[in-house]
Parts: sequence; structure tokens; C-alpha cells
Amino acid sequence: MNETVPTHNIGGYVPMIDGPEKVSGRAKYTADFISPGMLAGRIYRSPYSHGEILEVDVADAFKLPGVVSIVTGADCDKTFGVLPIARSEHPLARDRVRYRGEPVAAVAAVDDATARNAIRRIRMKVRELPAYYTSHAAIAPDAVALHEKKPGNIERDVLFELGNVESGFADADLVREGTYNCAEVCQNQMEMHAAVAEFDAVRNRMTVYASTQVPYYVHLMLSQILDMEMSRIRVVKPHVGGGFGCRTEALNVELIAALLARKSGGTVRLMVNREETFITHRGRPETDIRLKIGMTKSGRITAVECECYQRGGAHSGYGVVTILYSGSMLYAIYDLQNVKYLGKRVLTNTPPCGAFRGHGTVDIRFAFEGLLDQMAGELGIDPFTVRRANYLKAPTFTANDLMVNSYGLPECLDWVEKESGWKTRKGKMPKGKGLGMACSHYISGASKPVNWTGEPHATVKIKLDFDGSIIVLSGAADIGQGSSTILVQTVAEVLGLDMGRVRVITGDSDVVPKDNGSYSSRVTFMVGNAAIDAAQNLKALLIKAAARKLDARPEDIECLGEVYRAGAQDKGATFEEVVTEALKDSGTITVTGNYSTIPESHGGKKYRGAAIGGTMGYSYSAQVVEVSVDEDTGVVTVDKVWVAHDCGKALNRLTVEGQVQGSVWMGMGQAMSEEAAYHDGLMVTANMLDYRVPTIQDSPPIETHIVESNDPHGPFGAKEAGEGSLAAFLPALTNAVADATGIRFNDLPMTPDRVFETIEKHRRTQSRGNGARADSNGGT
Amino acid sequence: MAKILDITLNGRKRADAVPNNLLLLDYLREVVGLTGTKTGCDGGECGACTVLIDDRPALSCLTLAASVQGHRVDTVESLGRGGHLSAVQRGFHEKLGSQCGYCTPGFIMASVGLLRRNPNPSDTEILDALGSNICRCTGYVKIIEAVKHAAQLQAAGVAP
Repeated sequence: MNETVPTHNIGGYVPMIDGPEKVSGRAKYTADFISPGMLAGRIYRSPYSHGEILEVDVADAFKLPGVVSIVTGADCDKTFGVLPIARSEHPLARDRVRYRGEPVAAVAAVDDATARNAIRRIRMKVRELPAYYTSHAAIAPDAVALHEKKPGNIERDVLFELGNVESGFADADLVREGTYNCAEVCQNQMEMHAAVAEFDAVRNRMTVYASTQVPYYVHLMLSQILDMEMSRIRVVKPHVGGGFGCRTEALNVELIAALLARKSGGTVRLMVNREETFITHRGRPETDIRLKIGMTKSGRITAVECECYQRGGAHSGYGVVTILYSGSMLYAIYDLQNVKYLGKRVLTNTPPCGAFRGHGTVDIRFAFEGLLDQMAGELGIDPFTVRRANYLKAPTFTANDLMVNSYGLPECLDWVEKESGWKTRKGKMPKGKGLGMACSHYISGASKPVNWTGEPHATVKIKLDFDGSIIVLSGAADIGQGSSTILVQTVAEVLGLDMGRVRVITGDSDVVPKDNGSYSSRVTFMVGNAAIDAAQNLKALLIKAAARKLDARPEDIECLGEVYRAGAQDKGATFEEVVTEALKDSGTITVTGNYSTIPESHGGKKYRGAAIGGTMGYSYSAQVVEVSVDEDTGVVTVDKVWVAHDCGKALNRLTVEGQVQGSVWMGMGQAMSEEAAYHDGLMVTANMLDYRVPTIQDSPPIETHIVESNDPHGPFGAKEAGEGSLAAFLPALTNAVADATGIRFNDLPMTPDRVFETIEKHRRTQSRGNGARADSNGGT
Repeated sequence: MAKILDITLNGRKRADAVPNNLLLLDYLREVVGLTGTKTGCDGGECGACTVLIDDRPALSCLTLAASVQGHRVDTVESLGRGGHLSAVQRGFHEKLGSQCGYCTPGFIMASVGLLRRNPNPSDTEILDALGSNICRCTGYVKIIEAVKHAAQLQAAGVAP
């Protein structure tokens, strides 16, 4: 438990410490590391969706002047993958290709033009196998298995029933069931994937610069793929141009760059283009959901039954975890007792999916909040009332053993209800306009890490030397979310110093302590707590030195940051004097701070995989969305969004607002326009025109409010802020459109053509007067 | 085939031999070494490579280096005086118009182009000027605040 009370560096609007580099063009991203003599890498990708590899012919390419080396599957028989139980992927395909665009060979050449020419001269022969592009096709009884160890193309089958679902439905006054489909979406972060690999043949050492969220996982996988000791590998994470979950596992890009560098005996820069970045994928799977909810007249949920199919793509990736999150995270937002969940993660001949922002929770939340809204309408009760009838009472454990200690959802609802004018405006909007609301939540880091080693969850070191500057060493990967800024704020806060005295070094495995990386919104919570611990340990050393210097007892020393004194009358010693005194003991001072989650947060054992979903603290979000629908064109315009997010305590209000707004907006992209579409396994939306990201002109004002529930375990009370507000946007939008048009859209994205078609269908049905349903599926 | 390219880049005259098919983007990044200008897509889709040619925003990924012969080209590295941030740079830094920072040089140059021709833009004019730049982090809310803040700083005498 952290009882440190913030005084001066926490809770304000603090611009990011690396902002000046970003706005001046000095911030270096992986592709910016240009060195004389480095080679250019390019990847040859499979033109087939599914086939047994008979031959990969690189002889013609190798003859091209300027080609230095070519690697194929024959160069590496090792596999990689983020989950130790599911490492099914080769960096370059061997024996079989399983999706169109899978890497098969790679070239290092003196320049990019030569590498591209060489790629055109590579040929492959396959014996084609049947390919499956939908979950439904892949699990058909006669389907060929993509992976021998996964019969039926089921990556993971999840089934649990907690409580008594049958009696729960029997107790309900209203039972409704809906089917939902969410298209596959991609992170499409602005920086395309890149890696620079430097092989030192004399010393047998490898250095890799990677655009990653998880330098440690990249380090592990490089060791595995190169069959090199980890001590011979150095991973550097420069500035990273966004991630959103796309880079929470080692990607084939950095592994192939390293294979090329070793074979070439030099430095290779491998930059993949936007189309290849899309095809490397790791986005959110296409998801089919059947959801059934039982409810009393007062809005109390009595039972839930949910069936979920995820089209996972050709390899495991995070798949097992994703399908488990979708079940476990039905909980921890409302008080649910009777829940049945059936989840199937399916292997298909499409690029592998991953852990997109809001991992596993978003599509399920869309379905859940949509059905709640529909049922509230049928029962004639307000959507806010339905949520309020099902609040949790923290502290508590959910029926699936998830620990909830702080719960700011009620305050979130109250704020969006008031600020949006819900009570006076809802139901009284002009034609074509509507209001909708929904809620969502997310974890503050998985309580059990993917690679369980027994170490603390997070370690931070602080170095203090003769110059009196505080150097924070951390492996936390700042990918633009501002984790380095939080580290500086936190350490300066504990030591009572100005932020200017504190510097942070991250992103170089030679220097910084290991960190699991930036995913599952773990960094502020876990690394923040470790930073507080480290700073407190340093402060204890300084107080001891000050006591010696001032001839007082340590317990009488008061730390004022730049001055340490023994009582209010003492003029004390300056920070520099205390540092000089402290250094007499040990020379350069290095302290360590650690953080580990408590066992109670590790989730349950009631079903296989029940640990997934366990965290130290859940964030909560509520949103109201206001829309205009043009029924003649199908264009939906989001006029305004009100969002309230419970992040426990805002350590930095500026970056919390930025994260919340970015989440809401990313949810808007998924809900309204983004979709990864395929034709015979070829991604036909692999560019930023066909994959429609909202522009500044499509994007609404987002009124943002921070709720502070002060989590007892969070650093200064803080919890997650970067993911939890994404999911609520999707159902808040469709609920608003239902308010505006009377039509409920259960399929996403709600593109204008889908909306128009559905409205037309609805009109025709109504004009025939054969008992039109107000709630129909859109776009199917 | 190559030609000698004479340009004024970030206020300095220079001459380089450039192949006829070399993009301005690759000239800036790979030949000159000014890596502040970013590659974000496969051509003309994202705005990350925006630079100013004679004060007008242009996509350097759709411009041949040879075509700017005799013109002025300004990149993000041209901004700021004496090591201090310019008004637009301060706007993006102080209002968090930049998160991961990758789209930032493009947004900043598009905004500089706007404020040079229109020091007091309306909301609509800001949206129009930045409509071909994609940001994936901010939801644009704070980018709009950043440009407004920059306009105020510029009005107070800070260089754009």
C-alpha cells in the first residue's frame, strides 16, 4: 500500500519531458538510424494463402550485383511467439505458408533499389491447400488443420459457467438475445515497422534497434531465433511512433533483420512499408458474438450467456489470452452472478491478430452495452438506471475472483449524465439526432505476467553521483503515452525536488533494468510503484547522510528537497552537501525499487485460464455520444462526446486527457469506418485511404472529465488511463443512432453504405406494414 | 541519370547530385540526413512528410527532388531561433498536440504554413489546413488546441 501524499509534481498539467525533441525533429525513431555502409533489407512474401512449400528459389536473386545475403526458412528452424505455450511462428516460413504476405525470404543489399530488384527475382513453388478466411469455414468438419497440433483449427476453446444461469434466466422479467459482428481492425500506428540490426562478427554480438513496446520480449525471441545467449544481445528501443498493442510481441521484422545482419556480417536496416505493416497485423480479430441477458423490471441483471468466435489468423500470437479476456472481462464492471461463456479462438488463413488497445474487451462490451440499452428501452427505464441497478460495491471480489478495490463508475455516470444534459434532452432531440450512453472498463496491468520468472513485476534503479543529478534507469517503453514523464514526476515528487533535477534513461538493455514492457496498461501502476519505492530508498540514504552531517538523529531530519534540516529552526544542509556526505559511504549511489502484485489480485482458479483478467486495479469509463444521422445518404456524424474516466488519480492531467481522448477517438474509428477487408486472403485495405482512419474533419469535440477514486494500491492512487475509454464509444454510438433512427446496428463498422442500406430495408419493411421490428441487425 | 540540385534548404543554399527519380522525402532523409521529416505511408496518404516549398505545405513523398530546383524548402528542423522553440513547436509541446511524435513534424509544418498565410485562423480554417494529416494518438482535440495556442504565441511576438 502506498501512503505517499503528493505535494508538488503530481496532479498538474505537465508537458512531456521528451516533447522538445518531438516538435523539433530531433527525436530519433528506428528508421532514422542511418549509418554509412549499412545494408538495406527487404522481405519476399508469400503470394499464396495456404500451401506446402516445395521450393524457394533465390539463386537468380543472389546473382544480382549488390546483393550481400539472402535468408529463407532454411536459415532458421526455431519458432517464436509471445506466449510460452504457443510459439508456432517461424520468422521465415518453413514447410508451409499460412497467409498471403507471410515472410518467406529476405534480402540484404547495398541499397534499397537493389534489394527490391532481388526480391522480384525470388520464386517459390507450393502445393496449394484449401484456405479459410472466416471462423465458420475454418472450423468446418472437413477443414484441413493449419497447425498439426491444433485439430479443427481451434486455437483455444473456453467454457465456463459460474452461478446458475438457468435459474438466473428463470428469475428474469425480460430475456433478450442478440447477435453482433465486429470487423477486424488494425492499430495502424503512424510509424511503420522498422528494425536496424548490427552484428559484430568478431565478438559474436548482436545489437538490434526495434520499434517495439516490449524490448525484453524482443530480446528473448532474438535469443531463441538466433540461438544466441541473451548476454550477447543488446536491444535498443528508440522513440516509437505509437503501438496500441501492435508491438506488444516480437514481430518478424526485427527477427528477420537480425538474421540478415548475422548472415551479412554487418548492419542491416529493414524498413517495411505501410502495406507490409498492415499485413504484419496483430490487430483486433473479427468477432462474432451471441449474447443473451436476463433482466428484472427494475433493470437488475439476473443472468448472462455469451458465445464468442474470434478469427485469429494464421498463428497463435496472443490468441489464447484474447479469448480468455473476452470472457473474464464480462465481470468487474457490473455485479454479475450467473454467467455462462463459450469462447472459440479460431485459426484462419489471414494475418495473425494480436492485442489491440482494450485487448479482448472491446467487442464484447459493444454487444453487452448495446443489449442493455435495447432492454432498457423495452422495459421503459432509462439506460443510466439500468447501469445503476447493477453497480459493484468496492472493495469486493467478483464471482470469477477478480479483486476490485476502487470503483469510480458511479461518478463517471453522474458527470456525463449532467454535462450532456441527458435528463432534459434525451428523447426530445429533433429528427435525425440522438443521444446514446455506455460504459467500459480496463485493467491496470495483468497481475500475472506472460513470462512468469518469479522476479518482481517492475524494477527501477536510481543513480546519484557527484554532480547531484538524479538519473532514473528504467526499462519502461515510452511509445508516446508518456511513461518517461511519469517516472520523472514520480521520483521528483518523492524526493521533493524540481523535475529539472531528474533525468530518465530508458530503452537500452545494456543500461536499464529489465521491464516487461508497455502493454495491458501496466506501466504507470507497476513501474510507477517501483519508482516510488526506489525514490524512497534513495531518500532514506540521504536522510541518513544529512543526520550525520547535521549531527542529528535520522528520525529528526526533515527533507525539503533542496534542503535537509533537523527541525524548523535549523538552517540545515543543502541537497549538494547531503549528496557529498552520502557519497562518502559508497561512492556513486545506486538504489533499486521494486513492485510486485499481491496474490489476491491474481485472478481465480474456477476455470482453466481464470487468472486472465486479474489486475491490481480497474479503470472505469462512461460516455454520452450525440449524433446526427442523414437518412438520405447514410452518413452518421458524431456531433459531440462527453467522457468521464476513473483513473484513480491523475498523476498528469494533460497526458491522462490525451490518452482518454485518443481512446475515445480510436473507438470511433472502429465503430464508424475502419475495417481490414480481404479478397482471397489478400488484404485489400492495406493503405490509409481504403483503411479509413478518421481525419481531423471527421472528429468531434470530446469533453473530458477525470474521476479520481484513489485506488489504495495505485501509485499516489493512480490506475489505468490509456485503454479503458475505448470500448464504451462503440455502443454509445450505436445506442445514439438507435435513438435517432429507431434502428439498432449490431454490426460494425457503421459505414454510410451499410447505414443507408439498413435504413432503406427498414423503410421498405415498414411500408409493407408487416410488423417491422425496431431492432434489426444492420449490414448483414 | 542524375542532376545537380541547387536549393535553399532551411535557409542555407546547397547543391547535391540527385538521381532524377529521387523523391524529395528521400533526398531530405537519406542524402542530407534531416530525418525529422517522416515516412508514414506508401505515398500521399498520411501527411507525415509535409514540408514547406516556398512557404506552402507540400507532401515531400509526392515531390521529386529535382522539381524543387531553385526553390526554398523548409523542414521541421528549420524552426526555432537560438535553440528555442517556435510558436507552433511550443503549441504542440505545451498543449500535448504531440504524443508519439511521429506525425508531429508533418502537422507542425502544415500549421506553420497556415499561420504564415493566416495568423488568426478560425476553427474551420484549422480543420481545412490539417485535413490531409493523420494522427493516430490524440483524437485531434489537443492538436486543435495546440494550433490555437500557437496563434496566440505568434500574436505575442514568438516566431511561428
